[in-house]
Amino acid sequence: MNPIPGRESNLERTVLNPLRRTSMQFYFILAGLGLVFAFGVAALINQWWLGLGVTGLSRPVYWGIYLTNFVFFIGISHAGTLISAILRVTQAEWRRPITRIAEAITFFALILGLLQIWIDMGRPERILFPFLYGRFQSPFLWDFTCVGVYLMSSMLYLYLPMIPDLARMRDRMTDAPRWRRWLYSAMSLGWHGSSEQHRRLEVGIGIMAIVIIPVAVSVHTVVSWIFGMTMQPMWHSTILGPYFVVGAIFSGIAMLFVFMTLLRRAWHFEKWIAEKQYDYLGILLLVMSAFWGYFTLAEFLTTGYATLTNERAVLQAKLAGEYAPAFWVMLAGNLIVPSAILIRRKGRTPTGTFIASLSVLVGMWVERFLIVAPSLTRPSLGFMPAVYAPSLTEAAITAGSLALFALLFLLFFKVFPAMSVWEVEEGETIEAVRRKARELAQAAD
Amino acid sequence: MPRWGMVIDLDKCFACQSCTAACRMENNTPVAGKQQANMGRAILWNEVLPFSEGDYPNVVETMIPRPCMHCDDPACVKVCPVQATYRNEEGTVLIDYERCIGCRFCTVACPFQARYFNWFTPEWPEALRAHLNPDREVAPRPKGVVEKCTFCVQRLRKAREAAQAEGRTFAATDYVPACVETCTGHARYFGDLDDPRSLVSQLAASPRAFRLQEEMGTKPKVYYLKEG
Repeated sequence: MNPIPGRESNLERTVLNPLRRTSMQFYFILAGLGLVFAFGVAALINQWWLGLGVTGLSRPVYWGIYLTNFVFFIGISHAGTLISAILRVTQAEWRRPITRIAEAITFFALILGLLQIWIDMGRPERILFPFLYGRFQSPFLWDFTCVGVYLMSSMLYLYLPMIPDLARMRDRMTDAPRWRRWLYSAMSLGWHGSSEQHRRLEVGIGIMAIVIIPVAVSVHTVVSWIFGMTMQPMWHSTILGPYFVVGAIFSGIAMLFVFMTLLRRAWHFEKWIAEKQYDYLGILLLVMSAFWGYFTLAEFLTTGYATLTNERAVLQAKLAGEYAPAFWVMLAGNLIVPSAILIRRKGRTPTGTFIASLSVLVGMWVERFLIVAPSLTRPSLGFMPAVYAPSLTEAAITAGSLALFALLFLLFFKVFPAMSVWEVEEGETIEAVRRKARELAQAAD
Repeated sequence: MPRWGMVIDLDKCFACQSCTAACRMENNTPVAGKQQANMGRAILWNEVLPFSEGDYPNVVETMIPRPCMHCDDPACVKVCPVQATYRNEEGTVLIDYERCIGCRFCTVACPFQARYFNWFTPEWPEALRAHLNPDREVAPRPKGVVEKCTFCVQRLRKAREAAQAEGRTFAATDYVPACVETCTGHARYFGDLDDPRSLVSQLAASPRAFRLQEEMGTKPKVYYLKEG
């Protein structure tokens, strides 16, 4: 779609506005997030200085909050794959205004996820060792490989569909500072919207969309196998792979809802991110909630029915022991609250889905925690009662990580457009053509 | 090549924990202090652990000394991403402290809870600092790496060097870990499991012999002789 020279459409003006002007409110939010992030960095430096002893970890609970955060962030990264790739492959038109946000979430969630592993390492300066001395026998190597491939693919998958928009920025934002004009120019790779360029772009995007789906599935499966391949009670479960993938898509959609609702409100995208997006995506969230509930039931019932002592002990901890409150928070957050809101069409509004999504994000974080910690507190060897009491360091680093995630996301969308302008325009054209065709068909009868 | 293994006779062991103390002095494991030990962070390569069976008043408590099992199919070696932990040709599972990245996957994979992590830089009270073992192989580890029982592999090296210096062939009986040497009740035996004439291989075949968590399939090489 070539823009009409000299006259900006409503869509263009709305999408470019945040790139041109920054409100006082935005600076306050940046400052707040920056403060939380700084707090997290201070805690991390303290941890590097003194050692991992500043956390609440101990024997046998060698893994805790940081691994929980790792699984949580990698899970969130499935937002982009689902919306951008799967909905593109199935040609669901309603995805168009939200693909950019979804793809950005994926990219930054992966970075934050990898950061958590680095934060958890006892010798962080040896971060390159898995690349230099890696052994493929270890599930950690499967992880690094798959997440690495996913990171590269999602970066490409974020960049390719942005090229026509970057060209648009290059042409429209002539009053922007020099570095930005140079950036848009360089990144748009000489795009001028010819049909040959479009054809090539569509092929590229099409290939990426198909390739990235198995990559994403492999990513969260191998993340689950870090736990599944050990012999710890309630970790060594064959269902863990699919369980994690379902949970990832579930939390990914929730994160997408949160960010798209916030941006929509702040930057006035209401005309494009509208009823249809909330209705259909809301139904998807409800469906994923049901899927998650099914897998959780399968897992708990199988463990609870048989009498394997070491597995029963972990289940007891979750259902009736010190982890029972967390268990109920998880059920409420993942099943009860989202179903209550999303099952009726009237609940699938921006406010309703925002609340349901926050509830899911809390529920899913707790679910990851309940996978990591309780199994370690009840080792099969049996003799040691163990308590895991997370410390302030872990809380600060978790908060700092979430703040960094939001910061990266917001700063990204201060430089690049938050909606895919050319794809939304393409969708509007397709819709107009279809409407016209229907009218003509009716008139012919 | 010898395949080193250990047998512990639970009829002779009376849980005096000299083995634990000797191991600490031989291998320079740090003193965690009361608060850290209560958190479960004490590094004790050899530990005497209580196993309770039954409900009060019919409780049977067994005290079992637990060094590293040096499994023949170790779960820890399998999951290490950088090959910092490895099983050498003599069946001993060792750790390269210069390679370990402190990810703690091995500590989480071990079914015997035999691996430990340096949560802080190791410290000793004044009185013990003068008595650290000067052998470079057991130099204090840095913070952030995993460590565990090595069957006192530095003693093996010294025994081999001594045999060579004295111009005789090294025999498997020339070397024992510190815990075996110190055991007050003479309950611990050590030697080559592959030598049918050695005491350990004969005891390991005894009807009283069992191993902890055999069903895990890691093929531990520390055998116990049942009480009674």
